[in-house]
Formats: sequence, C-alpha cells, structure tokens
Amino acid sequence: MTSYFSISRFLTIIVKEFIQMRRDRLTFAMMIGIPVMQLVLFGYAINFDPKDLPVAVIRADESIFSRDLIHAMENSGYFRIIQTAANEEEARDLLELGDVQFVLNIPANFARRLLRGEGPSILLEADATDPVATGNAIAAMTTIVQKALNRDLKGTLRHLKQEEAPFGLRVHKKYNPEGVTNHNIVPGLMGIVLTLTMVIITGVAVTRERERGTMETLLSTPARPVEVITGKIIPYIIVGYIQVILILMAARFLFHIPMVGSLLLLMLVSLIFIVANLSMGVTFSTFAKNQMQAMQMAFFFFLPSLMLSGFMFPFRGMPEWAQWIGSALPLTHYLRLVRGILLKGNGLSDVLVHLWPIALFMTLALAAAIKRYRKTLD
Amino acid sequence: MTMTDKNDLVIDVEGLKKSFKGKPAVNGVSLKVRRGDIFGFLGPNGSGKTTTIRMICGLLTPDAGHGRCLGHDLLTEAGRIKQNTGYMTQRFSLYEDLTVRENLDFIARMYGVLHRKETVDECLTTIGLKDQQDKLAGTLSGGWQRRLALAACLVHKPGLLLLDEPTAGVDPRARCDFWDRIHELSSEGTTTLVSTHYMDEAEHCNKLAYIVSGELLTEGSPEEIVKESGLVTWIVTGPDIWPLARELSGLPGVAHVAAFGASLHVSGYDEAALREGLKPFIDAKHRFEFSKPGLEDVFICLMKQAGAGRMR
Repeated sequence: MTSYFSISRFLTIIVKEFIQMRRDRLTFAMMIGIPVMQLVLFGYAINFDPKDLPVAVIRADESIFSRDLIHAMENSGYFRIIQTAANEEEARDLLELGDVQFVLNIPANFARRLLRGEGPSILLEADATDPVATGNAIAAMTTIVQKALNRDLKGTLRHLKQEEAPFGLRVHKKYNPEGVTNHNIVPGLMGIVLTLTMVIITGVAVTRERERGTMETLLSTPARPVEVITGKIIPYIIVGYIQVILILMAARFLFHIPMVGSLLLLMLVSLIFIVANLSMGVTFSTFAKNQMQAMQMAFFFFLPSLMLSGFMFPFRGMPEWAQWIGSALPLTHYLRLVRGILLKGNGLSDVLVHLWPIALFMTLALAAAIKRYRKTLD
Repeated sequence: MTMTDKNDLVIDVEGLKKSFKGKPAVNGVSLKVRRGDIFGFLGPNGSGKTTTIRMICGLLTPDAGHGRCLGHDLLTEAGRIKQNTGYMTQRFSLYEDLTVRENLDFIARMYGVLHRKETVDECLTTIGLKDQQDKLAGTLSGGWQRRLALAACLVHKPGLLLLDEPTAGVDPRARCDFWDRIHELSSEGTTTLVSTHYMDEAEHCNKLAYIVSGELLTEGSPEEIVKESGLVTWIVTGPDIWPLARELSGLPGVAHVAAFGASLHVSGYDEAALREGLKPFIDAKHRFEFSKPGLEDVFICLMKQAGAGRMR
C-alpha cells in the first residue's frame, strides 16, 4: 500500500531543497539582500527626522525679538537660515524651486505690536510635499515660539510673558496639507519584503524544476503532490523568518520603532502570511512556462499589493472598488496586523479579524497549488 | 501461434489516446510486453513515443484507452506502477546542482529503498562513478550523465524499465556498455521498453514496434517484421551508385531506394516486377545481389506507405 502522505519522502524533499538553496548562493543572497536594501532605502535614505532644513526669512521687522527668534530656531537644529528674502514673491520662488523647505515671515511692526500686547502672528510656510520631512520641524517650532522670547521679556515687559506665547504662529503646509505617520513605514516594509520575495522564491523554485526537466523525474517517483508542495514550502518559511527577524532588529535598534505588542504573536501571524505567499508562488509556478514568467507573475501580484494595501496610500482614501480588491490581498491585513501588534499592542483576540482572511487566502492558495501541480505534465 | 499468458504481460495496454490542445499525439496505441522482453519502440521524431511512455508510467492520463502495467491498473493505480518502474527521460533530468551521490540518494529515499547507503554505494561502483561521487551532476560529461541517469532508474531495482532514447548523443563505446547492461538486466528478469531512432539498435531488441504519427504501423520480433512486410531487396554495389540511385527510384516495382555506404538497397513489394524493372540496369560494372531487406528498409517503406495512405 502506498501511504497517503509519506513523512520520509516529505523530509527528503526538504533536505534536497536546503542543499540546492545552499548551492544557489545568488538567490539566497538576494533573499537577505532585498530586506537590507529596502531597509536602507526606506529607513535611512528617507530620514524620518531630518535636521538642518533650509529656511528663507522675510524680515520686515528688525528687532531684538526677531533676532532671538531666529537664533532659537537655528539652535533647535531643525532649521538653517540660508537666505534673507526681500519680499514674499522672492520667498515663494525659493520655496517652489525647492531651494528652501520653509519660509519664515516676520511681519513689519512685529516688535511694536508685541510690546503693545496685541499678540502679532508670524507665518511659517512649509513645503510639505513630503510631510515626513517637515513634521518634526513644525512640531519643534511650537516650542520655540513659546520659549524663544522668554529671555527678552523681563523687567517691565514681564507682564507679556504669559502661559500663552506672546505672539501667534501660523503654519501653512503647502502642497500636501495632510500628513502620514512615519512609524508606519518600517513595520509595513516587513509585509512588502515578504510579499515580494516569498512569491518569487517558490515561483522560481518550482518552475526551475520544470525548466530543467527534473519535474519529470520527481513526478515519476511515487512522491505525492502534497509532499512535493509542502516539502518545497517549508525551507523557505525559514528564509521568511530570517527576513522578519532582520527587519524587526533594524526597527528596534536602528529606527527605534516602539514595540508595544507581543513579538510571539507577531511571529505566529507572520507564519501564516509567509505560507500564504509561498503557496501563491507555487500556484503561479504551475502556470508559468519558465522562470522569467514566474517572476513576471510575482510582480503582477506584488504591484496591486503595494498600491492597494494601504502601504503607499491611506486605505480609507481609496475608492470603494479598490478597497474591495485591497481587502482580498493578504498584505492589506498583514500590514494592519503588524502595525496593530507592534504599535498599538493588539492581542490575539484583536488580531483575529485580520488573521482569518490571511488564513483563508493561504488555504485557497495551497489547495490551488496542489491541485494545479497534479496536472503539470498533462 | 501460442497464447500469451496474461500473468506474463508486464505491459498490456489497449487503445491509448492522448491529444494536446486538440492535436492527437498518440492515437490508439496497444502494446503487449512480456516479462524479460527488450522491447524496442521505434519511430521518427515527434511520432508519439515519449507520450506513450509517459502514459504507461502514469505521468500522463490517457484521454482514452485502458490497460495494466506490472499488474496494476493504468488509470487508478499509477502510484503502485511508479513504485516499481524506472523511467529514464529523454534529456538529463536529475538535479544538476546536487552531487552524483546526492542525486542517487535522493531517488533512493523517494522510493523508500532499504539499506540505502549500501545500495547507493553499489550503484556508484557499477556505473564507475564511485571516485566522482562528490562532483556536481551538472559538471559531468553527456555520456556520464546518461550513465548516472540509468543508475538512478535502477537504484530501487524496478521490474520495468522505461528508457526514452537513452543512447541519444552517446559515443559508441558507451552505447555498447549500455546495451550490455540492458541484456544483463533482461536475463535477470527485468523488462525493458526502450525508445530509439537508431535502426541499428533495433537489432538488440527481441521485440519491436514501429510508431508513426501516433499510430503503430507494425509490431513483432525483427524477423517477423521483415517477413510480414513482404518486401524484397536487391543490394547493388559498384562505382557511381549515386546517379544509379536516381535512375532506379522512379522505376515500376521499386518502392524505395536507399544508399548504405557504397551499396544501394533497392526494395519492392512484388518480386517479379522488381526483377523485371532492374533488368535493363544489370551490367558488368555493378553487382546485383538478391537479399533479405534490413529493418531500416522495412521501416522506411512502412513510413512511405503510411504517408501515402493519409494523403488519400
């Protein structure tokens, strides 16, 4: 009697995959290289807390107050005054060209109105195309406004030093008035990296067997489809976990992302997500005629995941049909899970609502992979 | 005529059909192969040999037809058939990025071979790759890859060997070794179905089948096939046989003219008509010798007939 599932055949395939993985250094390097590269690009090249942002100042008021305010801004480290503009038009040009990130506009008679207690306002115009770039600087500005003039307001002027700042600050965020939070990116990156690499790696691994003809040998042995498919998936789960750990370590030690929730829970949901993507890759490989096609299909799957999952654009901002597609993709749910667990400290009961769609996707993809694999030669 | 004992048939399939995207690849092939046979499966490229073999070992599901292989049903017991069959594919299909030993070990494990280490060692010694066992299979030369592939088919000691053009691209010495091994296995009771398009290899087989465009044209022992063809052949030797070949090929009674080295094989179905047709060409320069047709003559004539049949 040929058994329905042979553990020894299953283990044999796993061992074989590991040997091949060890020999195929390039692919293995890519699997480690992609998360590292993405981390550097998303994490470092794109700085969440940029300092020394160039500022142009329109100084219609020459007083000790405006001088001290500018000093305080420079001392905060966020601002670097690079130019004094003569008028608003010149300042706007600078902002538009991207020569400066901010324009500080101190109106005429600022000192006089301040002394009269009229609470004049200064205007900070920000190029908020990339809200991440300006967010922290703007936040720092609020403090600067409160503290900057404390030294000047003493003696007879002490009455002007109140709880509230003696003058107002108006901030105009130009070009992109909405902001997105920055802690989203690194946890989100975990899902992105896994979606990209896991689908490719099994897609290619199975297609390679067919391209090289070894699939025929494998099929002519008594091995059952379920043994082959699961035997091929297991080794890459470990690769997926290496990626997860790599990104988590970077998030913790390089980017200081707060981690509130349970890492164990995160590992568990990651397992389901990894298997879902690996199975998707196997399913693709049963359609693909060669490794190139498998890669293309992987990207075909990756792009909507990237666009519609809420990684690039806020999910709620998308039209309803796009939200429907997004909800069918495992990445959408995984992003919410990762952010929920890491940033909000969600527990098991909180994450179930996003866990079952991934589990369902995994089951369907795995079933499709096994069913399609059966027919590989026919 | 002897009745073939049912239990003695290792392959017994009937009316196998398979088409790919509406194009028939195999169109009603029936085969009976007895235990210990070396069954030669001949036919031109793309005639359906590989597809038939794949159906027999359970890699492809036939569209129609039924049968048994090693006593197991082709359609429902593919798993059991695979367990006791060694299938050597047309192109090298072991893992190029595994070593020689790893490959054999992998196959042995897949078949659940007992005493695996000893069996693999024995295999390596038999094919003479013992001292190269740690070489990657992809770095072996073509001939050695073929030997390794054959060894991989034999590692689980199957009762049936299905070899798909095993000697394609192999040097004569290795081919000789290969056929010695097949004869040895046959004497031990292993049944072999081997496809080839080398006619000289047909002489190694005790049974032959000739397939063209997915249909069997003839089947039997080499002698039977020659006899049943009803073909007669004259062998012509002498100078300038090429111009002669052109003149002879259109004559009445001449079915086929083929050149073999320095001689011509002139074949026809009607002995008298052929003799009559050749008469004017008999001269002092050439030697005309009445002979038995070779297998190649028979197969080429069969192919021509089949082609003409389809045309009509």
